[in-house]
Amino acid sequence: MTAGSADAMIRLVDVTKTYPGSERPAVGGLSLEVGRGEFVTLVGPSGCGKTTILKMINRIIEPTSGEIWVGGVEATEQPAHELRRSIGYVIQQIGLFPHRTIGQNIATVPELLGWDKQRMRARVEEMAELVGLDRSYLDRYPSELSGGQQQRVGVARALAADPPVLLMDEPFGAVDPIVRSRLQTEFLALQAELKKTVVFVTHDIDEAIRMGDRVALLNIGGVLEQFDTPDRILSHPANDFVAGFLGDDRGIKRLSLIRLDSLELPQGPVVDVSDDPAVANRAMDENEWDWVAVLDGKRLLGWVWRHELEGVERVGDAEPHPFRVTVDCRASLREALDAIVNTRNNVGVVLSGDEYRGMLTVDFLTRELH
Amino acid sequence: MSDFLSELGAFLADPDAWLGGAGLLVRTRDHVLLSLFAIGVAALIALPPAVWLGHRRRGGVVVGALVNVGRAIPSFGILALMLPISLALGLGIGFWPTFVALVALAMPPIFTNTYTGVVEVDPAVTEAARGMGMTGRQLVRRTELPLAMPVIWTALRVSAVQVVATATLGAVVGWGGLGRYVIDGFAQGNDVYVFIGGVSVALLAIATDLAFSFGERFVLPKGTHHRDRGELTSSAAV
Amino acid sequence: MIFAQTQPFIRWDWIVDHLDEIWERTVEHSVLTGFAVVIGLVVSTALSMIALRFRRTYGPITWTAGILYTIPSIALFAFLVPFTGLSLLTAEIGLVSYTLLILIRNIVAGIDGVPAAVIESARGMGYTDRRLFWRVQVPLALPVIVAGVRIAAVTVVGLVTVTSLIGQGGYGAFILRGLRRTFATEILVGTVMSVVFAVLIDLVLLWLQRRLAPWQRRQARAS
Repeated sequence: MTAGSADAMIRLVDVTKTYPGSERPAVGGLSLEVGRGEFVTLVGPSGCGKTTILKMINRIIEPTSGEIWVGGVEATEQPAHELRRSIGYVIQQIGLFPHRTIGQNIATVPELLGWDKQRMRARVEEMAELVGLDRSYLDRYPSELSGGQQQRVGVARALAADPPVLLMDEPFGAVDPIVRSRLQTEFLALQAELKKTVVFVTHDIDEAIRMGDRVALLNIGGVLEQFDTPDRILSHPANDFVAGFLGDDRGIKRLSLIRLDSLELPQGPVVDVSDDPAVANRAMDENEWDWVAVLDGKRLLGWVWRHELEGVERVGDAEPHPFRVTVDCRASLREALDAIVNTRNNVGVVLSGDEYRGMLTVDFLTRELH
Repeated sequence: MSDFLSELGAFLADPDAWLGGAGLLVRTRDHVLLSLFAIGVAALIALPPAVWLGHRRRGGVVVGALVNVGRAIPSFGILALMLPISLALGLGIGFWPTFVALVALAMPPIFTNTYTGVVEVDPAVTEAARGMGMTGRQLVRRTELPLAMPVIWTALRVSAVQVVATATLGAVVGWGGLGRYVIDGFAQGNDVYVFIGGVSVALLAIATDLAFSFGERFVLPKGTHHRDRGELTSSAAV
Repeated sequence: MIFAQTQPFIRWDWIVDHLDEIWERTVEHSVLTGFAVVIGLVVSTALSMIALRFRRTYGPITWTAGILYTIPSIALFAFLVPFTGLSLLTAEIGLVSYTLLILIRNIVAGIDGVPAAVIESARGMGYTDRRLFWRVQVPLALPVIVAGVRIAAVTVVGLVTVTSLIGQGGYGAFILRGLRRTFATEILVGTVMSVVFAVLIDLVLLWLQRRLAPWQRRQARAS
């Protein structure tokens, strides 16, 4: 039996799962490949089998037929518990051992693998730091931690034995949206560093798009409707089902994929405090606007109306109005759109800290999408 | 062994053993009547304060302590203690010590379980009822009592079985009932008596349990589906 | 409650005179209780394992244990005496029968009470079934199980007094003798000692229960 394409870390070949007593299979003949170091999200409506598929990879659920290859070895060729010790597993309710300390929880798989105490201790501390958990928590019990902290421990525990593969089943589902967003950001940063092969199940299309290198959109019965990068799925949905699942705001979702600091931002009408009003007027005429943004070197001070510049010697003599809404350059075009919609002057001003980067209009956004 | 069986057979075949003045039927009747009487009195004394305190949510700490201590008290000891007290009060042996002991032993579990049952009525329901303008007394009668009924009835059931059990020991302080067979049997070395006593008390206890379970149908308000037999606190077992 | 008697109600001198017998009876009572609880635990554990493995047996098993629980101990003893005599065996059979219901219920509830997420994550990390049982399910079930043992033990202590009627010892011997001689002090000693003994056992087991679950005492604070 060949392991298939050299790059594939996980291969599902015609995998089917039918539960006894059921007419239709929960998952019917699915074939899927996940490359080494790739982050794949499985997303779809209830009943699409995404969790079933995930659980077949580490044999929590045994497939009815088909092959599952992990790291070049067919899953059924080794005892299930050995397979699982080389795969990290994070579930929504986390399942931390209540009767063990945080440190002991994190050390679970290393202990199973027989690491010596010193190595385990060092690794546990390393993991705690990696997920942003203070060392003082290591001797506490799970009941003493908040939901967000417990989630972090769950991730640390899954990564402790440094498995090449990570399976995650709605890991951020049980926390509130603010914490979830933060956990997603942190995990993406972690993944950039660790480059694990990750299969991530979620029912939230926005999360799937944000997290995945590639997104597998599944329909009921484990039917793979589309498996591609988020951008391509959003711009070219394969069929009505996909389009419907993506939602009516596909275009706007695509905006969230593009970071502002990856673009060349138009400068818009800007002048320095030392400039005279004529420069300002020229800038305003070029853009056909009645106002101009004022900088002090690189720092943005605000904006002034054309008529406020009448009779002043330098631009800096007029009192600038501060911009009420600005966007950070690390944010996406989607946040920029939100800023544009929320300001009177209909622009999204982009900053890096205090430093002015550029100014966005709806025109620019539309052009960027095509 | 075969001697025992043949003697047993002889006993069971003898109509006097069943119908005589000291026969099975009479003793069973006495046993049942005293148990009913005792449980009735115990309930009468223990239920009202338990319901009221539960309604007012007072005295929980005492109830908690009572639960643990109650379980540790041996029925046999209490029953025995009643004898000298009864004699000192001039009430004699037999009925009075047995009766008082039965009531005394039945009260705590009825009290604690009723209290718990009332306290554990869904607070959302009581709050809604209060919000609709029910007075305290109406609340008790229309809401808390009916909803606590499953627990209260189970408490009565468990207590009744224990009363039947302790009543058996009444023979040791000179009372009659089915315990007479057992105690006389021990004294006379009559295995048949002992056996008959044991079996009839066992059957009576089971019958009591079944009777109360059956009675649920009539006593429990519709809709208070009795989910589980639960673990109720009980006084010392016998 | 002092009555018009020629003698005071409690004869303290008698108690002082019989301290060694009190100790003897304590030992007897402990032995009777200890055997019953230990054997009860062993039998209940076996039955619970069966019930957990074959779910459909849970009903019949608890129904049978329930019947044994309902039957008064004195009746059970009396029922057995013609066959097993006035012996320790009779006493222990009766006492053990009484513990089965509460122990089986608690053992099963304890094991069932382990959260499904904990079991799934343990499996997912590569725990074998055996390791899962001993390292996860049992420790987490232990507090509930010990709570059941507490109740069973306290109940048994009370029942052991009844075994005096079938010739066994323990504090019931005082009660029985005191009855026969209408000697209140002796009855009181038997009763009070039984209560004290039960409360002591309860407290010791409570301490054990708390010690087995250090994680339960601490609660989450807002992060």
